[in-house]
Amino acid sequence: MNRMNRMNQLWLLVCAHFHEIVREPGVLFWGIIFPILMALGLGLAFTKKGDVLRKIAVVNTSGSARNDSSALQVFLNDKCIKNTNNKDGDYKWKFELKDQKLGNSVFLFYELDWDKAMVLLKRGTVNLILTSEKGLTEYHFDPMNSDAELSYLKISSILGSGIIYPASGSDEIKPLTITGTRYIDFLVPGLITMGVMMSTMWGISYGIIEKRSKKLLRRFVATPMKKSHFLIALISVRVIMNFIEALVLLIFAVIAFKMTIQGSIIALILLFLAGNIAFAGIAILSSSHTSNTEVGNGIVNFVVMPMMVLSGIFFSYHNFPDWSIPVIRKLPLTMLTDGMRSIFNEGAGLTEVSLPIVILTVTGIILFSAGLKIFKWH
Amino acid sequence: MMVIEVKDVWKSFKTVQAVKGINLNIPKGKFVALLGPNGAGKTTLVEMIEGIQKPDKGEITIMGKHWKGNEDELHRIIGLSLQETRFIDKLRVTETLRLFASFFNMGKPRVEEILDLVGLQDKRKSYVVNLSGGQRQRLAIGIALINTPAILLLDEPTTGLDPNARREIWDILKKLKEASETSMILTTHYMEEAEKLCDHIVIMDNGVILKEGTLGQLLDNHRSLDDLFVSLTGRRIYE
Repeated sequence: MNRMNRMNQLWLLVCAHFHEIVREPGVLFWGIIFPILMALGLGLAFTKKGDVLRKIAVVNTSGSARNDSSALQVFLNDKCIKNTNNKDGDYKWKFELKDQKLGNSVFLFYELDWDKAMVLLKRGTVNLILTSEKGLTEYHFDPMNSDAELSYLKISSILGSGIIYPASGSDEIKPLTITGTRYIDFLVPGLITMGVMMSTMWGISYGIIEKRSKKLLRRFVATPMKKSHFLIALISVRVIMNFIEALVLLIFAVIAFKMTIQGSIIALILLFLAGNIAFAGIAILSSSHTSNTEVGNGIVNFVVMPMMVLSGIFFSYHNFPDWSIPVIRKLPLTMLTDGMRSIFNEGAGLTEVSLPIVILTVTGIILFSAGLKIFKWH
Repeated sequence: MMVIEVKDVWKSFKTVQAVKGINLNIPKGKFVALLGPNGAGKTTLVEMIEGIQKPDKGEITIMGKHWKGNEDELHRIIGLSLQETRFIDKLRVTETLRLFASFFNMGKPRVEEILDLVGLQDKRKSYVVNLSGGQRQRLAIGIALINTPAILLLDEPTTGLDPNARREIWDILKKLKEASETSMILTTHYMEEAEKLCDHIVIMDNGVILKEGTLGQLLDNHRSLDDLFVSLTGRRIYE
């Protein structure tokens, strides 16, 4: 077969795989629009802070609230807005703590007996119960619940000395809203790398298993088609699609959130390619044998689910136990994501990400070769 | 000259002995039917001739050549249509044919010939997923014929098709028989298909050949192939 014919064969295989993807309307939504919606939703949710509502139970242990002269009752009666229309189950007092930098907190106080307050605490409706004993305010909450602890800290700073400190105490706090330190700057590189993993694993791995189950692989290899051409075409199309998806998401993040790439573009492209090679290798190995799509489903999930959870796509993996961090850092998705974030947010260049580039590329090549050795075409 | 020679071939899968010592010779230009019920060993035998399965014992040669070391050459002279093959759903008929033509270094003219031969000119721009069962099977046969094969292997080409679609497939194969010297092996459990299309009929059951010959030779003492099968096995082919 001459070179021209070989190139024509490869080109038609690439076109076939490309058409197979782009002619499926769902691809446009799940591959391009869905990651944008996710970035938009999570970006807005964690970048612009709205008013935080904190519900607190007040248990009156001294009989009549009107005759109670404790700091708590004085605060509730004098400083809070009373809900005159409160029906059964509605809040009785409302207090707003304004803070432009840290976001406003709105406290809703419910007057309840102890048993009812405990029920609502167990349900998570309230996370703090206030009582007053001999004029002192008592705080009841689960110290393991960080949200309850925050409610306590905020409300005790107001009630503790009977003096209200609105925003003046936070003058020294400088919220980090500069580019590179926001949640969206953390999120977008993670969404890009997660897209690479998901698209490659499902597109290549599941795609191969499905073709095997439909006997299409067997039909292809009953011709003089070069087997390597088939896999090269499959991987090339997937890398091109991943690139388009990542580019669209990046453009959106730049326009909507003023995101910037602070490091080297060349390093970013090379790392992106290395990530694609790594996951293509994993995909070929994991799809090398089975022709059962149910089993294939399980295999792909077995590979992607742990990485999705552990690799710190949405939140930092440093919340996991210390002993697990070195292991998590060695996962391909973690390596790719950490590298991407360092380029996007820390201004990393080729030198800083050369190690993950080499490791991911070598991993991909080794797994691809191993997959080919045991690859079942029919 | 024999294009396919099968000598004392055996094949088993775990505890099932699928093929038990089969001998078969297919001369050039002959259409041969492997007729038998499900589980007779027809598909396993064809898969061994295709080179997909390796015999446990025995020997298969295609044009005097073994599969080992001659894969590329043999793939070029064989056309095949597998049972229940599905092609790429969102590829058009012409795109599918062009893709397979490229594997044999063939171009658009051959694609046009095949579209004419299998009667899919008016469906040339349709996606494969939108074709009917009969049209999809005609496409599969078109792909099998794209390299003008010396040997054509068809595994249950009309199973599941309605009578009209089945007749359309038969017409294509009859035209092929008249116009070329292609040898064909066709597996089927339709008596009528074997009678209408094939010069030589091989009746198989439980991995062995029960009887073979021309239709005239087989029907010597029997009214139909169905009667013959009953006399050989004690049951009907569909049971």
